[in-house]
Amino acid sequence: MTSIELRAVTRWYGNVVAVNDITMSIGPGVTGLLGPNGAGKSTILHLIAGFLAPSRGEVTVAGERAWRNPGLFRKVGLVPERDSVYSFLTGAEFVGATARLHELADPDRAARRAIETVEMGEAQDRRISTYSKGMRQRIKVAAALVHDPEVVLLDEPFNGMDPRQRLHMMDLLHAQGEQGRVILLSSHILEEVERLSGTIQVIVGGRLAASGDFRAIRRLMTSRPHVFLVRSSDDRLLGSALIGSPAVSGVELTPRGLQVRASDYGTFARQIAALTRERGIRLRELLPADESLESVFAYLLAS
Amino acid sequence: MPGLLNGVIIKLTFRATMGRRRALLFAIPPLILVVIAALLTATARSGSWQPEFLGDFGFSVVLPLTALIIGTSVLGAEIDDGSIVHLLATPVPRSQVVLSKFVVAAALTVAFGAIPEYVAALIAKGPASGLAVGLLLGALVASVIYNAIFVMLSVLTSRAIAAGLLYLLVWEGLLANLVPGVGLLSVSQYSLSVANSVAHNQALHAHLGLATAVIMGLIVTAAALAICTRRLSAFSIRGDAV
Repeated sequence: MTSIELRAVTRWYGNVVAVNDITMSIGPGVTGLLGPNGAGKSTILHLIAGFLAPSRGEVTVAGERAWRNPGLFRKVGLVPERDSVYSFLTGAEFVGATARLHELADPDRAARRAIETVEMGEAQDRRISTYSKGMRQRIKVAAALVHDPEVVLLDEPFNGMDPRQRLHMMDLLHAQGEQGRVILLSSHILEEVERLSGTIQVIVGGRLAASGDFRAIRRLMTSRPHVFLVRSSDDRLLGSALIGSPAVSGVELTPRGLQVRASDYGTFARQIAALTRERGIRLRELLPADESLESVFAYLLAS
Repeated sequence: MPGLLNGVIIKLTFRATMGRRRALLFAIPPLILVVIAALLTATARSGSWQPEFLGDFGFSVVLPLTALIIGTSVLGAEIDDGSIVHLLATPVPRSQVVLSKFVVAAALTVAFGAIPEYVAALIAKGPASGLAVGLLLGALVASVIYNAIFVMLSVLTSRAIAAGLLYLLVWEGLLANLVPGVGLLSVSQYSLSVANSVAHNQALHAHLGLATAVIMGLIVTAAALAICTRRLSAFSIRGDAV
């Protein structure tokens, strides 16, 4: 069974640690690498693709070392994030050239098949320079699939795609995963990864913050305390009332307003309306203060 | 393919290099060379300007500059814009990648550098003299060796053109003529020596013996390509933002 193995992998650049002591094993099916920008997802993908050497630890793909091993690309397909391809080529020429570089027995047939798989048949004879971003992504995927690899690595594959294209790409990747390929894709959007992958590896600040089924991750994320910023006609009075509620785990007076940590979001939302009415406080603003993905990830990391 | 060269890469590199706007850039220096040769032939009073013009200007300025633009483009441009990853994400040996691109660079430099040098020499002196043929041979040698160095530079640094210019101005342009030992490691000296072996012209300022020049030229070329291959084997994509 083909798999990707990372054992205590660390990668640093001078003082900056991009990937910090990560151990993970990725098998057949679709796995999502989830994390905010700069978390180290691309670094991990490049380590697996052999385009970066680990400062410490081992990266193996299908039992072979990834670094300095071009032969490994017989089994691995890579869809890099960067947009640049040979834009003077037509889609068919690009995928065909890739097939020839892989020394396939029938490169033209393999190219045609790969292009059909990504539904780029109609545009294949146009120059890549005329393609939209979504089309470029698809042609890159075709080039990554042309040699029928066991492992496919995709760096932010949904960037620049409209919802319809995204759905189609998801279906395509899902089907590839069902065929037993190891598909590893990175994204900073939970919904993309959730829809697609069975397993999610959450990367925050270079570390593996959480690993597992997307439902478990989602539960972890939603069970975290929510923080709200409340502005009212009397923040102090409101704060003293809120702290009495079991749905609230913390209250802080800040220059911007009242910061409330709610351990039970639903109950809090119901109670705040009643509380303000009872005490004659006028509620001016109620905003979630930590809906950013980064804070969600940070919470995962801390737990 | 167990060979040294890869036909797909050669075709891709040729198309990519000629397709970029840079292609116009490397057509300009040889054009200037030929035009000035024609002008000087028509207007010059004395007949002794040819070796200096063709040697000091054509050989030591125009040809290396043309090689610089071409040599740093065949691989460097793809490294800069990231498209090299598509090439490297295949099982093609890195040595094949380097050699194939090097061959294209050398061939284009011959077409845009060495041949115009020969044409300028024909205009200046006439085909009967050994100068034109000698210069052509020397220019062929220079095209090969300079490109090995510039292709290597394009993998070693993202500022390959600046590094190449520095090398040409300081090493080849200045030190090679002033400091005796440096000539042993000077591409212009190797090529002038080959040119001189046919042209026998003092004004070419060739200081090395032919055998030395050929051997050193081969060593420098092989070393540059080997370093280039080694570095490309360790090609890294850094950072999430890249």
